[in-house]
Amino acid sequence: MAVNISMPQLGESISEGVISKWLKKPGDWVEKYEPICEVETDKVNAEVPSTISGKIMEILVKEGTKIAVGQIICRILTEEDESVVQNDSHESFMINQRPTTSSEAVSMRSRYSPAVTRLAQEHQIDLNQVKGTGKRGRITRKDVLQYLSNQQATATILEQEPVSQLERMPTSGDQEIPLSHVRRAIADRMVKSKKEIPHAWIMMEADVTGLVELRNQEKKSFQEKEGVPLTFMPFFIKAVVDAIKEFPYVNAVWSNDKVVLKKEINISIAVGTEEALYVPVIHDADSFSIRGLAKKVYQLAKKTRSGSLELSETQGGTFTVNNTGSFGSIASKPIINYPQAVILSFESIVKRPVVVDQMIGIRDMINLCLSLDHRILDGVMVGKFLRRVKQTLESFNPQTVI
Amino acid sequence: MPTISYIEGVTAAIREEMKADERVFVLGEDVGVRGGVFRATAGLYEEFGEDRVLDTPLSESAIAGVAIGAAAYGMRPIAEMQFADFILPAVNQIMSEAARLRYRSNGSWSCPIVIRAPYGGGIHGALYHSQSIESIFAGTPGLKIVAPSTPYDVKGLLKAAIRDDDPVLFLEHKRCYRWIKGEVPEEEYTVPLGKADIKVVGTDVTVITYGLMVHYAKEAAEKLKQEGIHVHLLDLRTLIPLDKEAILEAAAKTGKVLIIHEDNKTGGFGGEISAIIAEEGLFELDAPIQRLCGPDVPAMPYNASLEKEFMISPQKIEKAIRELAEF
Repeated sequence: MAVNISMPQLGESISEGVISKWLKKPGDWVEKYEPICEVETDKVNAEVPSTISGKIMEILVKEGTKIAVGQIICRILTEEDESVVQNDSHESFMINQRPTTSSEAVSMRSRYSPAVTRLAQEHQIDLNQVKGTGKRGRITRKDVLQYLSNQQATATILEQEPVSQLERMPTSGDQEIPLSHVRRAIADRMVKSKKEIPHAWIMMEADVTGLVELRNQEKKSFQEKEGVPLTFMPFFIKAVVDAIKEFPYVNAVWSNDKVVLKKEINISIAVGTEEALYVPVIHDADSFSIRGLAKKVYQLAKKTRSGSLELSETQGGTFTVNNTGSFGSIASKPIINYPQAVILSFESIVKRPVVVDQMIGIRDMINLCLSLDHRILDGVMVGKFLRRVKQTLESFNPQTVI
Repeated sequence: MPTISYIEGVTAAIREEMKADERVFVLGEDVGVRGGVFRATAGLYEEFGEDRVLDTPLSESAIAGVAIGAAAYGMRPIAEMQFADFILPAVNQIMSEAARLRYRSNGSWSCPIVIRAPYGGGIHGALYHSQSIESIFAGTPGLKIVAPSTPYDVKGLLKAAIRDDDPVLFLEHKRCYRWIKGEVPEEEYTVPLGKADIKVVGTDVTVITYGLMVHYAKEAAEKLKQEGIHVHLLDLRTLIPLDKEAILEAAAKTGKVLIIHEDNKTGGFGGEISAIIAEEGLFELDAPIQRLCGPDVPAMPYNASLEKEFMISPQKIEKAIRELAEF
C-alpha cells in the first residue's frame, strides 16, 4: 500500500516551509517516526518524521522548494496491499500542542469573495499585497477597504520620494546576496510590525551601581556552583516580570478588534547570531528565581547559536526583553515583536558622573528604552510600569540574595 | 410618548380605524363578548356593539368567506384567525378568492380585508398554537403579508393595512403581544406597507429578519457589540410587497448576510431573500449568504426542552453572527 506523506503543521502560525534536506532517498527503508527530511520554516528548523514504516517510493518535492502545510512531499510503500494509496494522518506528529483540524489547514488566502474581486478590479489592487484577517487567512472586504485607505494615506508620501529602480540595480563589483528563509522571515515580521503598530518610545535611566556590585561579588562563585555565567540578563528579566505582575496590561497582544491580556508571562529574549535574530521564549518566567533565569537564558542562547531551538521554545512570547547593551548601545528604538504590546531594551551600563544627595558621584548608569503599541497602551500606563522596573533594578545591592 | 405593549398597539389601531370609518368591522371566534382569546379586541364589543364586533362560529372558512363577501359589498372587515395554525381551512377562500378578486374582475372589484393571525412559538403552545405560516401564503400574488415586531410598527402597519384596498394577511407574533413594549406617539400615524426598517446600524454583519426574531437579533447584537462586532439589523416588517431596495442596500452595507426566521428552513421565506441578494447583489457579497431558521420537522414540540431546541434563540443568533463576522 502506498501512503502519501504530507508536510505537517509544525506550529500554529506556520503555513509553509522549505525542505532543506532529504535524509532518505527513494528505495530507502524508513521506520515509523524516523526523520525523513529537514524543513526550514520562518521560526525553526524541524525534522519531519515518517508516519509509517515502509520503503520510500517517490520523493515529490525537491530540496530548497517551498511547500505549504498539507502538501504531499513523498510516498512510502508499506508491505501491505500495494494497490491502495492512503493519506497519512500527520495529526499525531503535530509538534504544537493545539490540534488543528484538517479544514483549518486549508488556506483561504486566495479564495476571493465577489465583493473582494470587484473592489480589487475597480481599484486595481494586487491582492497579494493585502493582509487577510478572515477565516484561514481569507482576505475580507474590510481588509481590502482597509488596504485602500492605507494606500491613500501613503500615496502622497511615496509620490514625493520616488525610489529609483536604478539605485537598486547592482553595478559591477557589487555583491548580491540571496535572501535566506530566516532573513526573509525577519524582514516580513519587521515590516509587518512597523507598518501596523503605531510605535511610541520612552527612555528612562536607572542607577544600577548596587546591581553591578552584586554581580561582581557573586559571579565567580555562581559560575563555579551553577556552571553558567551570571550575566545582567536574569536581573533584567526578574525586574520586568515583577513589574508585569503589578501592571499586567503591558503583557498583552493586539487581536484585531480586541486586546488580549495574557495570563502567562512568557518573556521573549532577543538573541542575535552572525546572520540572524531569534527570539526564544522563557515560558512562565514568573516561576523562576534569578538563579533559574540565569540558567534558562544561558540554555536558550546556546541552543539558538547552535541552531537547535525547538519550535515550542520560539512560541507564545508575551513580552520581549532585548539586551542591546551587550554590544555597546546606549540608546535604541526597538521594533515591537509582533503581536506583542511592548519591547524593552536594556542598554550598556556605563560609569557616569551623576548627582547623588547634592554631590557628584560616579555611578553605574543604564538606559531603559521601551517601545509600546500605542493602540493598546498609553504613556502614563507604560511610564508607571517602566518606573517600577527602574526601582527594582536600583534596589539590587550586595546584600540581595539571589 | 406613552409606552404601550404590542397587543395594545393592535387594539388601538382597530379602535381608531373603527372610529374613523364606519365600514370597518371585526369578526372572528370569541372576538366580541370575550374580547379575543389574547384580548386583542378587548372593549371593542362594548364600544361599538354587536353589529360591528361579530362572534362567529368555529369555521375559519366562513370567517374568511364572510369577510370577502362583505368587502365585495363595500365594507372593510378585519377577520381574526384565533391562531394562525387554524387558518388552513380558510386557505381556499384567501388564495382563490380574496387574492384574485381584483385580477379576476380586471380591476372592477377589490377586496379590502385584513386577516389578523397570531403566529409563532416560544409560548409553550405546541403543535397547534405555535406555527409560522408565512411561507404558505408568500407565493400567492395578490395577497399582502405583514409581520411587525414593535408596538409602533404593529399599530401603524395595522392602520395602513385596514386602509389598504387589497387583502392583507396580518401576522402578529404572539410572544411579542405582552413581552414587547415601546413608545407610540399619541397623534395619528401610519406605517406604509412594503417598507423595511433598519433597527440597528452596524458595519460587520447584516441580519435580515422580521417578527420576534428582530428582538432576539437585537439582544445578540448588543452582546456582540462588546466584542467589537457591529450588527446591521434590517426588520422587513412587510414580507409582501417586499422592500427589495432595502434588502440590497443592507446586504451591501456589510457584504455578509444572515437571514433569520422562526419558520422552518426548507421552502421558508429566507430562501426568497437570499435569492434576491444572489440575483441582484452578488458583487457586494463577502461571504456566503447564511440562513438561521427553524428545523425541518413537522411542528413545534410540546416538551419544553425540545421547544427550546426548535426555537431560534439569541444565543443561536449570536453564534451565527460571530461565525459570519470571523469568516
